[in-house]
Amino acid sequence: MIRILGRGARDGASLSDNRGGPWGPGGDDDDGAGDGPRNPWGQKRRKPARTGGGEPGPLDEFLRRSRERFGSGLPRDGRPYWLYGLIAFLVLWILFTSVWRIGPQERGVVTTVGYYSRTMAPGIGFSWPWPIGNVRTLNVEEIRPLQIPGSGENLILTGDQNVIDLAYTVRWNVKNPELFLFQMVEPEVTIREVAESAMRAVVARVSLDDAIGAGRADVEQRVQQSMQQVLDDYGSGVQIQGVSINQSTPPQSVNEAFLAVSAAQQRAQSAMNQARAYALQKTAAAQGAAAEFEKILAEYRAAPEVTRRRMYYETMEQILQHVDTTIVEAPGVTPYLPLPEMPRRAVPATPPQGAPAR
Amino acid sequence: MIRTLKNPIPLALIAILLLVVVASTFSIVPETKQAVIVRFGEPQRILNRYRPGGGFGPGGAGIAARIPFLEQIVWIDKRIQSIAMENQQVLSTDQYRLEVDAFARYRITNPLQMYLSARTEENVGNQLKPILASALRNELGRRPFAALLSPERGQMMDNIQTALDRVARQYGAEIVDVRIKHADLPTGTPLEAAFERMRTAREQEARSIEAQGYKQAQIIRAEADAEATATYARAFNQDPQFYDFYRAMQSYRTSFIADTPTGEQPRGRSSIILSPNNDYLRQFRGSGR
Repeated sequence: MIRILGRGARDGASLSDNRGGPWGPGGDDDDGAGDGPRNPWGQKRRKPARTGGGEPGPLDEFLRRSRERFGSGLPRDGRPYWLYGLIAFLVLWILFTSVWRIGPQERGVVTTVGYYSRTMAPGIGFSWPWPIGNVRTLNVEEIRPLQIPGSGENLILTGDQNVIDLAYTVRWNVKNPELFLFQMVEPEVTIREVAESAMRAVVARVSLDDAIGAGRADVEQRVQQSMQQVLDDYGSGVQIQGVSINQSTPPQSVNEAFLAVSAAQQRAQSAMNQARAYALQKTAAAQGAAAEFEKILAEYRAAPEVTRRRMYYETMEQILQHVDTTIVEAPGVTPYLPLPEMPRRAVPATPPQGAPAR
Repeated sequence: MIRTLKNPIPLALIAILLLVVVASTFSIVPETKQAVIVRFGEPQRILNRYRPGGGFGPGGAGIAARIPFLEQIVWIDKRIQSIAMENQQVLSTDQYRLEVDAFARYRITNPLQMYLSARTEENVGNQLKPILASALRNELGRRPFAALLSPERGQMMDNIQTALDRVARQYGAEIVDVRIKHADLPTGTPLEAAFERMRTAREQEARSIEAQGYKQAQIIRAEADAEATATYARAFNQDPQFYDFYRAMQSYRTSFIADTPTGEQPRGRSSIILSPNNDYLRQFRGSGR
């Protein structure tokens, strides 16, 4: 194949030398008109004579006829169209398979007859034309997200033999394009499997509460490290940019019980809040009462007897204003009044007049 | 040359013939493949063989020449390949049934050995698969369930890898690593039981949290009561007799005066029968005794 291509290229070169460029003599222009001796048809016509004048064979006859049929379209100087077509094709072929534009985020892995020769940096790069050279471009900057699981529950055992439902994203990019292309059979499947395995290994060492709550950042960190190490051991050329846990919850069917725990926490909290409110009220009331007593006591000490009487009378006054009062003269005498009836019969008159009633 | 140009059909025939010969003589060995050149089933030489730590570039991959039609090329992948084991039931020593998915990654490092013992790459995978399963079962079956969830797991995987590697070497392969992808309780009763355990554990937690909360609340109240008592005692103890009087006055007031909404004429609810000897009526009787 290589040789054929090489020869074609050489032929093309020699032809263009003759005619001043591959496209030059394409039409039926007049520059070939005077080239009598170099006209191949002239040679052709001499051919039977030179080869001995035998009858032309059926194949020769066929070829001659077919050539005559297309003969009017051929240039006078006799270069057939298919040759120019071939040359044009080859030029385009080389152009399209050996010039490469590598985008700013890409690298091009160049292989020459199968072996890895170099990695192209962004810009315009050249390689041997296909199939000698080949370039595979890879985006090395793009951070690719990998969702695990695709859908549904992803139950994972924790260190305390509980089960959690975990969804997470691994973000990765290609660190080394040639390793990425040549080392692993299925790099992306490998990354997924390594991620699952690393996540399970890490979660298997933390408790349920850590996996659901406070330990999540730590889990992410450890999974990332563990994955990177495994993938580096494989020589996969992959860089793990980060692992993020999107969702970490108890499985659906036990979620109710977990909600009950938080409800219990709320209840406990509110009971304590109420108790604290009560405590504040109680101590404040005590302090107020004590302060009141102390103030009055101070004044009382200044004039005990008078204060005492004053307070007594004031109190009695207030009480007796609001209370039906009966004064019974003689001890031992029971008033024959139906006591419960009394207030209704004589409310205003009773206190002063009831006294001398008996 | 001019003569051939004017007669393209023989040229094309020659070209095709040449192409066939060249194609069956030269092959391009890519970086991802190793090649065993076989003459009548007899391996002759190996191209682009995997070297540990070897990089890429000329020397390994490249153009390979062989005698056309006599020698064949057997292609063998040079990259790391994987075999998976799905949903294998494993019984731990403490009778936990587990459903395990695992995978092993391997690379064919000795293509000749592989060609002789397995012929094709698929055979290698097929041979290794049951061995992975049995190595895993053996290793997990020797340990309690909890060991799977502990740092011991690393040791366990190393053991499985060693066991598998011993077999893989016979097929010219090398185990890169063995990892457990899933290790779960099988769905159905075991998983339900685990859920039930989680549920009851949570209920216990919920109750204890609630009880603790109430306990705390009660303690807070009791402390407040104690503090209030201490405050009262400190104040009232300054003059117990006056306190008795003072408090009695307060008490009478609250006991005998029925609470009424303000503005309404308070109606007596209670009746008091006083003896004229009552201290309150001392002056009422006109005597100062």
